[in-house]
Amino acid sequence: MGIWIMAGVTFREAARKKMLWMALAAGGAFLILFGTGLHFQAKDFAAHGMSPVLRREISFAMVTMGLYAVDLLAVLMTILTSIDTLSGEIASGTIQAVATKPVPRWQVLLGKWCGFIGMLTAYIAIMVVGVNAVTYAMAGVTARHIVQGFLLMWMESVVLLSVTFAFATYFSTLTTGVLTLGLHGLAFLGGWIEQFGAITQTERAVRVGVIASVLMPTEALWRRAAFEMQSPLANAMRISPFSTLSVPSMAMVVYAALYLSIALVIAIRRFSQRDL
Amino acid sequence: MEMSRSSDLAIWTRRLRKVYSGKVAVRNLTLDVPRGEVFGFLGPNGAGKSTSVKMLLGLVFPTSGEAEILGYPAGDVKTRSKVGFLPEHFRFYDWLTPVELLKLHGRLYGMSHARLRERVPVLLDLVGLTPHRDKRLRDFSKGMLQRIGLAQALLNEPELIFLDEPTSGLDPVGRRLVRDIIRAQRDRGATVLLNSHLLGEVEITCDRVAFIKDGEVVEARKLNSDVEQQTTVSIRAGNVTAEVVSGLSRWTSIVRWEGEHLRLTLSSSGVLPEILRYLVAKEVDVYEVTPQRFSLEERFLEIVGHDGGL
Repeated sequence: MGIWIMAGVTFREAARKKMLWMALAAGGAFLILFGTGLHFQAKDFAAHGMSPVLRREISFAMVTMGLYAVDLLAVLMTILTSIDTLSGEIASGTIQAVATKPVPRWQVLLGKWCGFIGMLTAYIAIMVVGVNAVTYAMAGVTARHIVQGFLLMWMESVVLLSVTFAFATYFSTLTTGVLTLGLHGLAFLGGWIEQFGAITQTERAVRVGVIASVLMPTEALWRRAAFEMQSPLANAMRISPFSTLSVPSMAMVVYAALYLSIALVIAIRRFSQRDL
Repeated sequence: MEMSRSSDLAIWTRRLRKVYSGKVAVRNLTLDVPRGEVFGFLGPNGAGKSTSVKMLLGLVFPTSGEAEILGYPAGDVKTRSKVGFLPEHFRFYDWLTPVELLKLHGRLYGMSHARLRERVPVLLDLVGLTPHRDKRLRDFSKGMLQRIGLAQALLNEPELIFLDEPTSGLDPVGRRLVRDIIRAQRDRGATVLLNSHLLGEVEITCDRVAFIKDGEVVEARKLNSDVEQQTTVSIRAGNVTAEVVSGLSRWTSIVRWEGEHLRLTLSSSGVLPEILRYLVAKEVDVYEVTPQRFSLEERFLEIVGHDGGL
């Protein structure tokens, strides 16, 4: 019961953050921009009499690009909306009135976590549907496996949220933000090193990327999501900048699930044992 | 003297200690607070009052020692439904209205919707916030936040209430309100632990006080009853001889002759007329007889030192 009460109030708290509305506004602005770009592109394609196959592939690449932007927004929003919820409330003492109620602390933490998951699910769903709707309207294409792609992007956010929660039970708001973004940055960089390693067939560079993904599997999840969503041709030809030369395996997805579970368990344990 | 743990104690602690990264916040807290008592916790800032309360509530884990609340280990989740707590600086999500805040906390207490519908208006009325029931907390003053925090602490009709500096941020009307509420809670049979450095406040409301300094109880005493049991009287008089002073030992062993004042500590004020007859018979000129009340403030300053709390 405590979980749902906390989830409800956290969802409402998160939904009240200016950050969320700014991210939605940014998303909306992006969709308009994206749609306008697609519109002119489609016109140009028609004028130049481009082959339908190439036209389709370029449209596919555009969808992936759109979803990449959504992914970036989701990452930022996950971290920025949630970094303050634990450490901030501990620092201000807001948590004291809650933690003295007959609700175990693990339920308080899990309730907050669920509240954020609710908000993030809604955000990512709206944006993914938005991008696909725009490309479908303008160019007649959508991403290939939308549901799988959505779930992987969603999972990326859940990993980030769990890591943020784990750090927030130890550190201040600012430190939590720096650490989580830093880890994600590391994964992002590692991902690119891995891509270049795959192009140049440098095995050690690929290994660096894999290690980065082990440290933080977020970027690997995105690359798997991109793989699921873009056209098979793009995946095979490796022509899109978001193509996945080195595709993270399903094992990596399982690893990410384990990773986020461990982060959540750490958060719950630490929150249950620390002074408030 | 080691008292046995007993179910008629609201609070029982033995040698509670809290060390924060090498710094001792609470050194040795041993305390028995019977049920139904209004207990004042006095001490300068940084003496460890808040940390002690937080240990009793299970917010802070003691480094060593034991504590029980209403017969259960401190922090026990089920016991919390019988406990109310007003934190020192109450704050909560500022987008809530007072009604929403009380409902949320009531649901966390596990109260039914029907009971909340009945309790929320009563409490809003009690703390004088009914006219502000539709405002958001962000538009609340510090005093109003304190009032809604107090209402939140009383929602579940708790058996034990912790009030950490409840009157900070309140004007005299608000302070009076807190006093009345504490009295009403005592009349209801609840135990109240009041953390405060406002001595006047404590003097009026508490049955018993403990002075805490450097994380240790240095003295615990009953209030009110002490005044009846023991009276200090200051007598402004002239023509007092050494013989007169020594003659007073019949009634009291504590006599001081300072300038124009005789200070006597009597076991009861009943002997005062007798003493006055004696003084008059000895041709002492009596100008003024003033009973001296036990002063919490004086005692506080004696205990913590005049630079305490800096």
